[in-house]
Amino acid sequence: MALLEVKNLSRNFAGVLAVDKVSFAVKEGETVSVIGPNGAGKTTLFNLLTGQDQPTEGEIVFEGQSLIGLPADQFASHGIARTFQHGRVFGNLSVLDNVLVGAHARRRAVQSRLPLGGLASELWAALFRPAATKAEEKALRQTAETIIARFGERLTPRLQQPAYSLSYANRRRVEIARALALQPRLLLLDEPTAGMNPTETAEMLAFIRLLKQQGLTILLIEHKLSLVMQLSNHVIVMDNGQKIAEGPPEVIRNDERVIEAYLGRKQRLDQPAANEAATVIV
Amino acid sequence: MPHFLRTFFDQTINGLVIGNIYALTAVGLALIFGVGNLINFAHGSVYMIGAYVGWVCVTQLHMPLVATFGVVAVICGLLGMGIERIGLRRLQNSARIAPLLATIGISFVLDQLVQIIFSPNPQSFPNPLPTTRLQIGGVSIGMTDLLIAAIGIGIGIILFLFLRYTKIGWALRATAQDRDAAQQMGVDVNRVNQAAFALAAILGGIAGMLIGLYFNTVYPTMSFQAGLKGFAANLLGGLGNIPGSIIGGLVLGLVESYGVALFGATYRNLFAFVILIAVLVIRPNGLFSRKRQAPPEPLTGTFIANNKPITLPVWGVIALAVIALLLPFFVGDPYFLQILTNAWLLGMVALSVTLVTGTAGQTSLGQAGFLAIGAYASALLTLRLHWPFELALLAAGLITAILGTLLVLPAFRLRAHYVAIATLGIGEIVNQVILNWNGLTNGVMGLTNLPPPTFLGVVAVLPHQIYWYSLILLLLGALFQWQLLRSPLGRTWRAIREDDIAAQAYGINLNRYKALAFAASAFIAGISGAFTGHMYTYINHETFTNTTSILVLTMVILGGMGNMLGAVVGAVALTVLPELFRGMADYRYLFYGLALIMMIRYRPQGLLGSI
Repeated sequence: MALLEVKNLSRNFAGVLAVDKVSFAVKEGETVSVIGPNGAGKTTLFNLLTGQDQPTEGEIVFEGQSLIGLPADQFASHGIARTFQHGRVFGNLSVLDNVLVGAHARRRAVQSRLPLGGLASELWAALFRPAATKAEEKALRQTAETIIARFGERLTPRLQQPAYSLSYANRRRVEIARALALQPRLLLLDEPTAGMNPTETAEMLAFIRLLKQQGLTILLIEHKLSLVMQLSNHVIVMDNGQKIAEGPPEVIRNDERVIEAYLGRKQRLDQPAANEAATVIV
Repeated sequence: MPHFLRTFFDQTINGLVIGNIYALTAVGLALIFGVGNLINFAHGSVYMIGAYVGWVCVTQLHMPLVATFGVVAVICGLLGMGIERIGLRRLQNSARIAPLLATIGISFVLDQLVQIIFSPNPQSFPNPLPTTRLQIGGVSIGMTDLLIAAIGIGIGIILFLFLRYTKIGWALRATAQDRDAAQQMGVDVNRVNQAAFALAAILGGIAGMLIGLYFNTVYPTMSFQAGLKGFAANLLGGLGNIPGSIIGGLVLGLVESYGVALFGATYRNLFAFVILIAVLVIRPNGLFSRKRQAPPEPLTGTFIANNKPITLPVWGVIALAVIALLLPFFVGDPYFLQILTNAWLLGMVALSVTLVTGTAGQTSLGQAGFLAIGAYASALLTLRLHWPFELALLAAGLITAILGTLLVLPAFRLRAHYVAIATLGIGEIVNQVILNWNGLTNGVMGLTNLPPPTFLGVVAVLPHQIYWYSLILLLLGALFQWQLLRSPLGRTWRAIREDDIAAQAYGINLNRYKALAFAASAFIAGISGAFTGHMYTYINHETFTNTTSILVLTMVILGGMGNMLGAVVGAVALTVLPELFRGMADYRYLFYGLALIMMIRYRPQGLLGSI
């Protein structure tokens, strides 16, 4: 059974179909990439898959359960973590605290589904600091530090620095560390290498590959197609809100519709212009 | 004509006339919101100054009415340009709440200046128009009614022609639609803003003068209600929507007029605030907007600058607390102890504001509502149920926590500066309900003979006793808050403040944590309010007003948002400083307003830095 199943998902913004009847499935341990030109509906799709936006119609089934209608925080407690296209770190929180917020859904005081039960257990834990709470916080802190240490010297020396003081690339790293702190079942990465130089991109590629090797299921939006081709089990191509192609990277690379979507005209691969296009894509 | 029908027609005329005034005010606010994306809280002050300028011209200088309108327009127009200069231009790159707070500071300054020049007392404004009334089919219409209607319609037509057919009108509309694009096309956006502020101030000033004529009186405190009602009308029609604001003003005028006829005059101010909250919650873009939701922007609702806060080690805080506790042994002056007692009690309120506004990012301008709930809860428990003070004090805190959170609940779905306006409205509603719920609160008479604070049966009446009692309450409140902030709760609240969308994406249930923040905040504020009530021994619906809310927010900004020590330092500074300089006590709001403007402009992170 697929970990995530998306059926006929649509989002209509006052007459504009940002996502139009998209269906696909992601199996446990796979890395699936979503590509497509700007405005194709990739980020809207991510917003739907993480509860930030509600679909007009369609189904999102995660581990056999429908997630339609749940608020975004419930998506997180189901084990879906995401990063944001433009980076949304908590500027005035330290790197460590940013990552600890990622572990929020795992805290015991948060688990209570009763609204008042949750309030009461949060207050109790905060005011009286029972030993269990202290131990939990310590354990979370250790996990957070371990996750941060995976980025090596990039973040560890900056553990207590506020996130606003970090470089752009480091903020992206903090976002990924924050997502990992949730111990997600599914990780959604929205352009993780945007704004990174080639060295940093290569580093990120190696990092994501490592995550994949450890068995993490990843859904990736990325414009750097060499990265997509190296990481993905299969690739979904979107244009104008619709899924126009899906398949393994080597097939997608030569798909005419894909080339057309990117370049906006029909060209045969054996013609010079299209060859150039193919180079751009690959 | 049957009696009820005549009353109905009379109330309709009344409502339309007052509605015309609201519409004039609302259109100004809509113009300013349109081009500057700013809710101008100084607009009510301009309205009040318009009324005073009119009063000076007519009663002191004996000028004809037409010339008076000219003078009002010129002076208020210049004033509007000044407000744009101070309140908006320098703050365009700050947090969205910054210019809003700056205009609150400006309104403090303007209101206090008028009080200093003309005294706080109402001035009689005899109407120079003939007193004949037209009788049309049994409905009587006065000359002032006609004048207001004519000016309202006239200004509407002029404004329409101005916006549609003049170059600056085009520039104005272009800026309102897309500021950056307009600037790219060579529109001088600063000049457009200035023009919008001038125009808005002219309309506001004329509205104020007309209301002075209509009610034959002008007084400095007319500004706040006028500003809020204009805002409610504006919101009803859609924030930047000019025709919508006109209709919103007329609707509000009619609702008030019929409402007063049905329920009584003390209800007059309730309607505007109920409309304000209802529109914010149900249709934040106004009645005439097709968009259902407020635009989803990445906003910080509060005022946090990136900075390194000044932190004091724990022993430093303890040392300060010990010094404060020992102070009565060295300073015997009861007056000084009383001032510090006020500082401690306001310090508690500042702690409570810094919790919701600084730490959790939900700007509260309605904290006075919590103080009032706490004060009335404790007063009623001791007076009617004869509970001992200590128990009533604690219960007041808990009641305020529950009731306060439930009251703010509808505003949880709002973001950024809408939260500030909603809480301001909720604070006002609390006082209006206290005024009108005679059976429980004794209405306008208030509650008297509250028993003095006691501690384990010992009555605290001497200044140093009250001093210690309030200081210990402050320290306990601070300890409570500190426990919360250093737990994972503190981290969660700050995450919501920094970016609520990202926070929610990581599993944070926003409503739960906003509720916790408001409950903890209301608990502390409620206890402070309850103690203050018993200290005064008398409370009524005007003991804790929105002025208190704004003053406390100023303290918090002064000390540094989210900074607990900063909140107390801010409270002490703003309570003690006006007393230190002899004679300054009369000008205290001038001082508060200037402090607010200066901090926002030059040190937004506050004295000790935001955390």
